[in-house]
Amino acid sequence: MNIWLLITLMAVVTFTIRYALYARANAISLPPKLERALKYSAPCVLTAIWVPAVLMPKGEFDPTLSNPYFIGGLIAVAIGLWKKNTLLTIVVSMTCFFAYKWAF
Amino acid sequence: MSHSSAKQFSQGILDSIPLVLGGIPFGVIFGTLAMNAGFDIWQTIGMSSIVFAGSAQFVAVGMLAAGTSMGFIVGATLIINLRHLIYAASMLPHVKHLPQRWRVPLGFLLVDEVFAATYPRYLNNPQSTNNHWHYLGVGVSFFVSWNLATVVGIFFGANVDGIGEWGLDFAMSATFIGMVMPHLINKPMIAGVLTSALLALVTYSLPHKIGLVIASLGGMTVGYLLEQWQTKERES
Repeated sequence: MNIWLLITLMAVVTFTIRYALYARANAISLPPKLERALKYSAPCVLTAIWVPAVLMPKGEFDPTLSNPYFIGGLIAVAIGLWKKNTLLTIVVSMTCFFAYKWAF
Repeated sequence: MSHSSAKQFSQGILDSIPLVLGGIPFGVIFGTLAMNAGFDIWQTIGMSSIVFAGSAQFVAVGMLAAGTSMGFIVGATLIINLRHLIYAASMLPHVKHLPQRWRVPLGFLLVDEVFAATYPRYLNNPQSTNNHWHYLGVGVSFFVSWNLATVVGIFFGANVDGIGEWGLDFAMSATFIGMVMPHLINKPMIAGVLTSALLALVTYSLPHKIGLVIASLGGMTVGYLLEQWQTKERES
């Protein structure tokens, strides 16, 4: 396969998605209902990515102690809910994850 | 509150730090995996600098290594990145006054981390007319660090055995959890996020990552409907 062609096509697709609305931003106005729904976009999209990554890192549902991603995810959720601090959540949960992974 | 453009830009860089921190291990592992999948140095850098789409880059490299044809890889890229259309729609009212020479780079930089770091700035600072400098600051900072991390992965990965087994990909999950949790302060948002989580697990086995789109839209719908319902309750 021509990898440069693949990179070009992926770049065109990706940029088009991100820029299409911006390109005609003056002409487009969103219905207020949609605007209100969009408030939920980032948390829902990100959750749809991290939940499977943490609960099924190998493709199988694995909420057990032998899954360091699950343990690290639990710690991240707990600290995030408790402190509501992004940086702290990332640093502490990554430290715990790597410690747990190397310890077992 | 009004800030100078330079101040907005440097505040953007400052606000990007948590996400940059989470992005670095993820970029390193991408550089390593791409080289192992048969990309050369420039193609690996090209992916991170021209495509600039973390999860899609990973999926593409994985699919390529599994022998998937180009059409399917480009199709998967489309579906995985469809979420950016949601971000673009959210940003739309805030960029429409900008000239195209701003909208093109801002559009290019619209990834998860950048949106999550700059969108609150717009919400908390609605009267400010130069929030786009904050957006640019976050975007440039994340772009540069993502590409530097990729380069580190290219050279580091070749010399370190089994780096793919270290679990550096947990950094992405940690970052995303860190970005989501502060939002969980009212019932509609909590219900929306839980719905999205459940749907993501249930639809995980659907082809081409289409489950990602279903789960996101499902979560948003539930959040929105619950908010509508709460407003009506309060009014009646």
